[in-house]
Amino acid sequence: MDFVLGHYNYWIAIFLMMVGFYTVISRGNLVKKIVGLNVFQVSVFLLYISIGTVTGGAAPIITQGIKLYSNPLPHVLILTAIVVGVATTALGLALVVRIKEAYGTIEEDEIHEQDHSL
Amino acid sequence: MIENHISLLLVVIPLIAAPIAAILPWGRASWMLTLVVTSACFVLAGLQLWAVVHNGAISYELGGWAPPWGIEYRIDALNALVALIVSAIAAITVPYALLSAEKEIPKQQIPLFYSAFLLCFAGLLGITQTGDIFNVFVFLEISSLSSYALISLGQRRQALTSAYQYLIMGTLGATFFLIGVGLIYAQTGTLNMMDLAQRLPEVTSLKTVHTGFAFIMIGFALKLALFPLHLWLPNAYTYAPTVITVFLAATATKVALYVMLRILFTVFPDGFVSVTPTGDLFLLSGIAGVLTASVYAIYQMNVKRLLAYSSVAQIGYMAMGIGFASFKGVTATIIHLFNHALMKGALFMAVGAIIYRIGACRMDNIEGLGRQMPWTFGAIVIAGLSLIGVPGTAGFISKWYLVLAALEQQAWLSVGVILFGSLLAVVYMGKVIEALYFKPASEANLSVKEAPILLLAPTWVLVFANIYFGLNAEFTVGIAEHAARALGVAAK
Repeated sequence: MDFVLGHYNYWIAIFLMMVGFYTVISRGNLVKKIVGLNVFQVSVFLLYISIGTVTGGAAPIITQGIKLYSNPLPHVLILTAIVVGVATTALGLALVVRIKEAYGTIEEDEIHEQDHSL
Repeated sequence: MIENHISLLLVVIPLIAAPIAAILPWGRASWMLTLVVTSACFVLAGLQLWAVVHNGAISYELGGWAPPWGIEYRIDALNALVALIVSAIAAITVPYALLSAEKEIPKQQIPLFYSAFLLCFAGLLGITQTGDIFNVFVFLEISSLSSYALISLGQRRQALTSAYQYLIMGTLGATFFLIGVGLIYAQTGTLNMMDLAQRLPEVTSLKTVHTGFAFIMIGFALKLALFPLHLWLPNAYTYAPTVITVFLAATATKVALYVMLRILFTVFPDGFVSVTPTGDLFLLSGIAGVLTASVYAIYQMNVKRLLAYSSVAQIGYMAMGIGFASFKGVTATIIHLFNHALMKGALFMAVGAIIYRIGACRMDNIEGLGRQMPWTFGAIVIAGLSLIGVPGTAGFISKWYLVLAALEQQAWLSVGVILFGSLLAVVYMGKVIEALYFKPASEANLSVKEAPILLLAPTWVLVFANIYFGLNAEFTVGIAEHAARALGVAAK
């Protein structure tokens, strides 16, 4: 039981990861797929932030009288990954707009049908 | 002075040139800039390879921060070779791009096209240069995001859906890689590859490390289009503008393969591949890939898609080399990595020349064109023979070393698959050649003229390279063995 409760942050990350991944795979709507992709990416951000925590450590800002800090490196890495995530979302949505213009729909099965009825 | 900074310049020059190319007012000015940048990078990459082979590995500390704290660019024979392949293909593709891109891409988008091309180029070079595993992720996303945009520029609307499909698959792959890096960082506390190589042996028995390793492998297998994770590749290659197909087919998958080799053999301790089922899985997916994708290729009606499936099959051969996990196997993989860039580059360029003239490349469109376009046809025949692995061409050298590696382990099934795969290549290349030469030309095709010299010259440079490296294997094999040693694969 301690194992389960003590690692609750990891369970949350895994849960979000699976929710996001499942959404990407199962949804036919192109926007929903991007939403799923976002949830999937955010779960990885949480995983990294969890890794950076040091038990009993303070926020990594130099203050007098504090000896133990959390590891700031994962935070910096995740800042980069967030930027990458934003760029991916923007590009993905731009593609969805263009697909809507070209096909008149953003449902995967309808797009598929149009491509094969030619 | 400048020679100390080659490693960094290779990444920085295209990165700085990319926004400049975007704001230049004429497409031809952007093209000129791209040509200068890629040629400069080609020269620099050549110098870098020469320096590495003669003076040993280069370690470049970014901003003067000593590794493992700062980011280190670490160049040995393997990444120097991959960087040379990427920049050589780029330098040959750009002259070809001038006419092909003007034909296939709307005029006002051409500066942006070259800008995205340079970004993709910078990202690919960055992946090869860096010695920091998180940096690999950043450069991977730079190159991937720009390649999604480039693929979506294709003329048909399917280009948009295939770019979207690639975006979803590619981002999943990159995020998997990120999870893996995070888990390994959690166990070792370092991101520098050389530092990881020293710290990982103590913790390789931990489940976290195994999980991280699996995530990294699956992530890059998606990027590499390793069978059965190749579903994005045929669509993306078919609908992308020809220039982009040439460039991505010859470079992007090679760079992904390089990262796999680096992680399998340098970052993880020697023997990890054989202790875990990794080697067997590579072998299995390689064999399945060679057979399935080659059979798929036979049934394709679109020549570009046929070649795309053939690429998946060729990646299968490279995976088999990794699967042997021996010095010879890895050497064969590296040789094929180099040779495949030459043959697929030449083939896609020749098909692009046909598309330039008739605007399509379906089997029924190209009938009889071989007699109208003899130089293009010649390029397809020679590069096709190289793909099959006929003696005297580069493809033969790859197959020869791969078979030697398989024989060394008495893997008779693999030997059979390699030879049977070549037979299947005879069938699908034969189909293309039959349509081009032995079918009567339609009325419309009779008036088609040979492709312009600007398209033919780059194609034939690659065709001659196929013959040259087929007759003189000293360079390829020497560098590949050097690279396999640098990877840390024990020679037996």
